[in-house]
Amino acid sequence: MNRRSFLDFFKEKKTKNESSHDFLSKAATLEKGSEKQEAFSIPMRPPIIAGLEPYTGTWGVKQISHLLRRTTFGAKYADVVHFKGKTVAQSVEELLTPSTTPLDLPVNDYNDSDKQDPTVPFGKTFIGAEWDEDIEGTRIWSLKGWWLRRMINQERTIEEKLLLFWHNHLPIQFFDIFRVNWNFEYMQTLRTHSMGDFKAMIKAITIDTAMLFSLNGQQNSKEEPDENYSRELQELFCIGKGPNGKYTEEDVQAIARVLTGWRYLWNDDIVDFVDWAHDTDDKQLSSFYNNAIITGRSGAAGANELDDLLDVIFDNNEVALFICRKIYRFFVYHSIDAETEQNVIEPLAEVFRNSNYQIKPVLDKLFKSAHFFDASNQGAVLKSAVDYQVGLYREFNIPLPPDGELSDTYEITSFMNFYLEEFQQSIGDPPNVAGWPAYYQIPLYDKNWVTTDTLPKRLRLTDIMIINGIPSANYAYPLDVVETARQIPNVEDPNALIANTVEWLYGIEVSAGVKLVLKSILLSGQLTDSYWTVAWVEYISDPTNPMKLETVKSRLVKFYYYLIHLEEFQLS
Amino acid sequence: MQRRNFLKNISAGAIAPSMLGGLGMGMQSTSPWQKMIQNFLVETDHVLVMVRLDGGNDGLNTVIPLDQYDKLAVVRDKVIIPRNQILDLDGHPTVGFHPSMTEMRNLFNEGKLSVIQSVGYPNPDYSHFRSTDIWMTGADSDEILSSGWMGRYMNYEYPNFPNGFPNADVPDPLSVELGGTLSLTFQGPFAGMGMSITNPNEFYNLVQGVQSSAPNTPAGKQLEYVRRIAQQSNDYGQVLLEAYNRGTNMGTYEDTGLSEQLKIVARLISGGIKTRVFMVSLGGFDTHDNQVVEGNHTAGEHARLLSQVSKGISSFMNDIEQQGFADRVTGMTFSEFGRRVISNFSNGTDHGSAAPMFVFGTQVKPGILGTNPIIPLDADEDTNLPMQYDFRSVYSTLIKDWFCVPQNDMEGIMLQDFQYLPLIDSSDCVSTATHELNQRAGDSLISASPSPFTSSTNIKFETAGGRTLVQVFNTSGQLVATPIKGTYQKGTHEFYWNSENLPAGTYYLRLQNGVFQQVKPIVKVR
Repeated sequence: MNRRSFLDFFKEKKTKNESSHDFLSKAATLEKGSEKQEAFSIPMRPPIIAGLEPYTGTWGVKQISHLLRRTTFGAKYADVVHFKGKTVAQSVEELLTPSTTPLDLPVNDYNDSDKQDPTVPFGKTFIGAEWDEDIEGTRIWSLKGWWLRRMINQERTIEEKLLLFWHNHLPIQFFDIFRVNWNFEYMQTLRTHSMGDFKAMIKAITIDTAMLFSLNGQQNSKEEPDENYSRELQELFCIGKGPNGKYTEEDVQAIARVLTGWRYLWNDDIVDFVDWAHDTDDKQLSSFYNNAIITGRSGAAGANELDDLLDVIFDNNEVALFICRKIYRFFVYHSIDAETEQNVIEPLAEVFRNSNYQIKPVLDKLFKSAHFFDASNQGAVLKSAVDYQVGLYREFNIPLPPDGELSDTYEITSFMNFYLEEFQQSIGDPPNVAGWPAYYQIPLYDKNWVTTDTLPKRLRLTDIMIINGIPSANYAYPLDVVETARQIPNVEDPNALIANTVEWLYGIEVSAGVKLVLKSILLSGQLTDSYWTVAWVEYISDPTNPMKLETVKSRLVKFYYYLIHLEEFQLS
Repeated sequence: MQRRNFLKNISAGAIAPSMLGGLGMGMQSTSPWQKMIQNFLVETDHVLVMVRLDGGNDGLNTVIPLDQYDKLAVVRDKVIIPRNQILDLDGHPTVGFHPSMTEMRNLFNEGKLSVIQSVGYPNPDYSHFRSTDIWMTGADSDEILSSGWMGRYMNYEYPNFPNGFPNADVPDPLSVELGGTLSLTFQGPFAGMGMSITNPNEFYNLVQGVQSSAPNTPAGKQLEYVRRIAQQSNDYGQVLLEAYNRGTNMGTYEDTGLSEQLKIVARLISGGIKTRVFMVSLGGFDTHDNQVVEGNHTAGEHARLLSQVSKGISSFMNDIEQQGFADRVTGMTFSEFGRRVISNFSNGTDHGSAAPMFVFGTQVKPGILGTNPIIPLDADEDTNLPMQYDFRSVYSTLIKDWFCVPQNDMEGIMLQDFQYLPLIDSSDCVSTATHELNQRAGDSLISASPSPFTSSTNIKFETAGGRTLVQVFNTSGQLVATPIKGTYQKGTHEFYWNSENLPAGTYYLRLQNGVFQQVKPIVKVR
């Protein structure tokens, strides 16, 4: 058995129209239940008094890690140190600043003895290359690997987390689209707008090539209106199906007609408006939209109906409320009680509307707020699969193979992508058009990430990562436990190492009993603190001595193994 | 080479147990003898297998109303199946099956599969998500329910769950869903009433020992949840693994997701698992486009999916019949809605309403319930099929006739009184003591305090009245004492037990009273 054939095995598993989601099922759901039932199934928290006023409390490792876990993937210790020298406002502003590093393009890192891209040489980008049925699936795996690398190597910015947020909110399935160029373009559409104008983002995604195919806009015509996109534009993208989302079936049908005419033109390889497919009649909307009429336009002017429509939709108060709730659930906490609705969601929605649907001011307000840093919100989210996996890479300084080692990097990211699929979060391929259930399904929400199936799998992956590292032909990097520990202040003092690590790694306190176990690991069951101190100091003074390294390393491996295996590590 | 083997090898190679010094690696040990006395009650509980067709299955191309064929050919010309390709059914000249469903047609002709026509609910909702929730909860169209229909049944049957579970009477998961998540169907009023797995052959010990107490904060609640999942994975993972290893499959299954899932279900049942409800699923039924291949309507996405369903169910039936437990198992299919009467421009169909359901097994009443839907020749995009049967009538009937729940208790589960349907042979629904046992499962009927003890301890037991027995066994299964034997009044009793003559070690207290029995370990120390 070799690794390569393993990788091929699961690559080939995915072919067009053979999505992996046969095996997935939509998770537990419910809207609101009786109070009694909620008391059991939904952890009700005491109301948080703090609202959107700026946070002015302590700015320490605990708070910074909280901010980083929610806005990036895992709290990388170097980032914690960096932000310790800044204020809350400076830190949030830095995180909300897009990277200025030009985007690298994904390249052919998959050619090997059994598989050759017919048009793209090894090391060159496949973006822009001609579609090829035999290699397209491999290219998509490579794109997903590139995406993972960007998450792992991200700079100190929310960009990659936001991209995942928008991908979940406006999803397509890469293997359903099965054209790597369109998948990449779709990602670019989201990336371009991720902190910008939400209305512009909706317009762009409505006529994004992949989305046109994903939700049948391509087939939508005046003779045969297809209501698939129209329905989701309202139900999932802008309005929501909450108690106040009172658009009607007639609205679904009328808006489908507004959207007729937007086509991907195969010959020109662009999306354009074609008036011959457009329904030029007036479209009457329901009282939910103030009985607005989208006036039918003929010729090229028909394209403007999309802008007219978005004006009508974005006039509705529900849009800002819906998006702010979604942001809150993704970044803060899954449950929104009456106080939160009033003290956080409504004022945030106000910020959103007043800024003409600019996304950044909303995030800025939220992440600087006393509410966001309230103790009740810390550790209150279960890590998504990506948070867990990419977070491990970042928190424990696991490198990817050196630049240029393309095949090895591809192997490792493919392995990670395989695991993400096992954890129910295959990036690029959410289970359906609503995204991942953990981000929307009441009452379980993020509890969907941690099931009797996925929890053991998470820990199995961890075991591989701790001892051996995810392997490729030439590289395997386990958790760098010594380097991770070295960053911690007063690492030579076992009590400080334990206290500082727990404060950084967990959003929740642990008991004296747990700390005792951790200490007994560092002291190999002895009772004298200085045993660890001596071991560490000896190692530092003679770092190339393999015996001394092994002494600290073997203890640290057990130390981190224990920390990661504790249920507390599943909290963000 | 198997992917699983690879992963297993790599994990095995990666973890050197000595390196971890046994940290978190301790397996919970239970003596084989204890297992034996816990399992001496042989149950022959009925099993229900739900097959979920995710995405909205096109009913009109699945069970085809042949007397409406000419009209169908007009209004759904983009997807219509050629008349001569449709599979005929014995004794039902006006109904045919999709050409990919040969195996299910054979099951139908053998009387092992029945069809319920036009199943839906009043005021259909065309959103996948909302309609799925409705099918899983059993809610009205405008009603929001926080628990699944099966979750409510399980809560009725096992009211103590999850407190005190697993236990001697109910050692196995209440329900098992194949796939990574547990769906709303199994959400009880207070807890998820089942377990999700993808492969029972994997077991991973998750419990580390020392824990911090969870604070009463949102983070603390999440922590409790993760711990519960970890505990359940451990407790139930082991029994699933054992059942899987004991069980077997007969006949062949094709290598597709649905067949693989059904194969696991058959093997678990064969291995003696007492889980009563299983759910398997197949996605991809949202056939807005390319439902059929242009110019060849018997090929395409829908044909591929129906073939998987047909082959999967047939292999499963064949397997369980050969193994001799088919009479205990019934299956049903469901999907959140059917599809629109008219076809669309993309060789597909849009979201619709009512659609047929299948019920399969040797105990089904064969045939077709209901009549063919009437297709209007002027069908347009607003035309949807009216329902003939409420899906909750099917659920109610299965709970009543298959799980033998008395009529009086039905409303507490289904929340309304639904029409009763002749679906299944309920003749072996004799009242059993099992229900009573399940009701008390998880209750602590016998306990000793203190334990560990040095020479004597106070034993408390609860009896339903009548003959009651308390025995003490040692770890080799030898009876070492019978402190209580006689007729007792209903209620809790207490006595002082002196064990002076016994060596230190672990013992088992066993209470027996009517159908109830319970075993608890106690520890004697020096």
